[in-house]
Amino acid sequence: MSTKTILIADDSRAMRAMLTSTIESLANNYNIVEASSGFEALRLLPREKVDLILTDINMPDINGLEFISYLRNNPNYKHIPVIIISTEGGQHDIDRGKLIGANEYVIKPFDPADLQKIILKYLN
Amino acid sequence: MSDHNTTANKAIKDFLAEAEEIADQLGSELADLADMADSGELNPDLLNSIFRGAHSLKGLAGMFGFNEISELSHNMENLLDWLRLGKLNLDPALISVLFVSHELLTTLVRSVSEGGTAGHAEEIADCIARINACLSPPEKTGGGSPLEQLGLPERLIGALTEYEEHRLLDNIKKNKIIYSVHTSFELTSFDQELAQISDLLKTCGEVISTLPSVGSNMETHIDFDILFGTATQYEELVKLIESDKISVTLLGGATPPPAAKVVVQPPKIEVQPEPRQPDVKLAIKQADAASPTPIPPAPVGGDDTQSSKSMSRTVRVDIGKLDELMNIVGELVLAHSSISAIANQMRSEGFSRIAIDLGKAAKGLERKLSDLQKGVMEIRMIPVGQLYEKMSRIVRKISREQGKKVELKFYGADTELDKLIVEDISDPMMHIIRNAIDHGIESPEKRLAAQKDEKGVIKISSYQKGNHVVIEVEDDGAGIDIDKVKSKALQKGLIQDASALSERDALDLLFLPGFSTADKVSEVSGRGVGMDVVKNNIAAVSGMVDIESRKGEGSRFIITLPITLAIIKALVIECSGRTYAIPITSVLESLLLTDNDIKTVERKEVIQLRETTLPLLRLENFFRINRQVERPDEFYVVVVGIAEKRLGIVVDDLLGQQDIVIKSIGEAFKRFPGISGAADLGDQRTILVLDVGGMTNEAMRSGN
Repeated sequence: MSTKTILIADDSRAMRAMLTSTIESLANNYNIVEASSGFEALRLLPREKVDLILTDINMPDINGLEFISYLRNNPNYKHIPVIIISTEGGQHDIDRGKLIGANEYVIKPFDPADLQKIILKYLN
Repeated sequence: MSDHNTTANKAIKDFLAEAEEIADQLGSELADLADMADSGELNPDLLNSIFRGAHSLKGLAGMFGFNEISELSHNMENLLDWLRLGKLNLDPALISVLFVSHELLTTLVRSVSEGGTAGHAEEIADCIARINACLSPPEKTGGGSPLEQLGLPERLIGALTEYEEHRLLDNIKKNKIIYSVHTSFELTSFDQELAQISDLLKTCGEVISTLPSVGSNMETHIDFDILFGTATQYEELVKLIESDKISVTLLGGATPPPAAKVVVQPPKIEVQPEPRQPDVKLAIKQADAASPTPIPPAPVGGDDTQSSKSMSRTVRVDIGKLDELMNIVGELVLAHSSISAIANQMRSEGFSRIAIDLGKAAKGLERKLSDLQKGVMEIRMIPVGQLYEKMSRIVRKISREQGKKVELKFYGADTELDKLIVEDISDPMMHIIRNAIDHGIESPEKRLAAQKDEKGVIKISSYQKGNHVVIEVEDDGAGIDIDKVKSKALQKGLIQDASALSERDALDLLFLPGFSTADKVSEVSGRGVGMDVVKNNIAAVSGMVDIESRKGEGSRFIITLPITLAIIKALVIECSGRTYAIPITSVLESLLLTDNDIKTVERKEVIQLRETTLPLLRLENFFRINRQVERPDEFYVVVVGIAEKRLGIVVDDLLGQQDIVIKSIGEAFKRFPGISGAADLGDQRTILVLDVGGMTNEAMRSGN
């Protein structure tokens, strides 16, 4: 079984570190790629074979929704499951995220164990 | 267990580092916002950036379990959200609420690092109540019908955040023309090119959103649809952009579309039929993605382009890693010195050919090493301007508090200094600036009475001077009252007789521990410190501080700092059989003298150096060494000076120049005057490095 790659897109360093340690404590030896902005995520995509994406919505260059919209319109990335991790918890926000093509919507703050379950759901 | 603890500690450290950064930025942006509110023009980008700051802090604090911070930033975020969505007007009361909230936020973040956020519950509740008082019930926005008229593709509308939607509506409301600017860039370089075009567009309008899309060259290119609102007409806009990678489409707006068709390609409609104005081109066109021509650099706003570019090309590195690297470079330098020494030794022992080859190779190594050293050193350098932002925030805050009008002027913001030095002088500089406002700048009434502009000016300038960087803080306030200083010093028992004191010496009294002309203890970021601490902090990075002041006209603080602390060139000297290093940056010249050249004035040894009299200091006396070696008939005087002070250090011999890496000798010797650290000479010998600034002060104090 090849190593699965997870892309984290979040402009907060501490958030990325936190997500990384959440993933690492699964001890499944995932390859984690970090992007600190939407642009960086876009640039990383063709270079890495990404199996799962965790993205923030509020990022400085392009927002998470725009990022997902691109993914869903690109045949190469269409299939990659995307989990939005956002502070916005309104139904309107969740609907928007799902409509544009996110598979899951996780509201900050979240229980790491819950996120781990969701990650496993998409990577197994 | 301990592993878990370290993880938790690291998480908190991560959180703190970022939270402090966000809070800092929030502060300076709020100050900008306040300035802007004064002038009446609101910049949506700034407002949005402030909103984003509060938003990030909320999410971050929530995630790491700091609920008080999260709660407060959540409320701030709400308020800012209403502001940026145009539901509230920015008035002075609101600004003051924002300032208060930010201050409390900063306190809370700081208290995390000091152990806990408990004990602020009441303040937080008060603050939140004040925020909520600003929020009146929301008015319903008008259903978004203007958006439909634009006939935007659903894909585009779906990806707009509520804020972007609001910006779009706001632009339409202001009769701006809405364009869709379609670009196609190579995947490898799209961010810079996109930044360039965004900056260019921003010179004449507002970039509302940037949506990445899939173009015809999906594998190598990425397309973007930039939603852009502006007053600029179609032809003009096309002329401005002038690139065949970019096409502009007018979306249904206030003005009819122009007749001229500048873009060569025929529009390709790709949107499903929807109710819309008949003559509006709707689609987002496919740009000629195959063309390899780069877009020309933005002709205007060069500085902005530069800065956004440099941001995207910046790497964040832990300073500890750079220190490590610097240490390794330092050790390499030492290793090279031993190789050179071996080559010399071989030559003197007759292995001439090999010795010459080895010498050559060592020379080549030396050149590359010096490049490497320079490179690593440059990485550590940051512009002093990074400090300025913080300063301007403090100035605005304090002057607001004290009802004084102060204008801050910066010069030489791009002068570069070692990052650690910049960090270490931040506090002392802040103190000096605070002092300048507290005691220097007069109230507007007093200034008018003294026939000065009611607005005081604090000028901060930095420039490089040889191997030093000088930072000057100058105010045009009341100046320092020398008589008041003298009488205070007498009263505090710091001096016995003030009559013999020159003006300069009297000003130096300000730096004595226990001296403060302030009637109240001044607070710098919560700590009451005196000028002696300022001086010590600056001395800790081998710097010096001088004061010049003229009564009624203002004061000037001159801080002289070494450019870097890492690797320095040193003059290695010998005195009474011991070896020391003197940083070459403070050596002015060295003289070979005999006893006859030394004169005694008021029981002090001096020499006549050209027009001036130079006080001498004998190292063996300074360090109270019992001389074991006979004093030579001919000896050297190393003339050192930092800032305006000069001193001749009497030594037995000069051993030569060498690169040294100064290492700390630990807390125990930190307060020992005259020593700034130790250095390894590369031949297993460790020597002490003299702290010229400290020695000069010590000599002046004990001598005069």
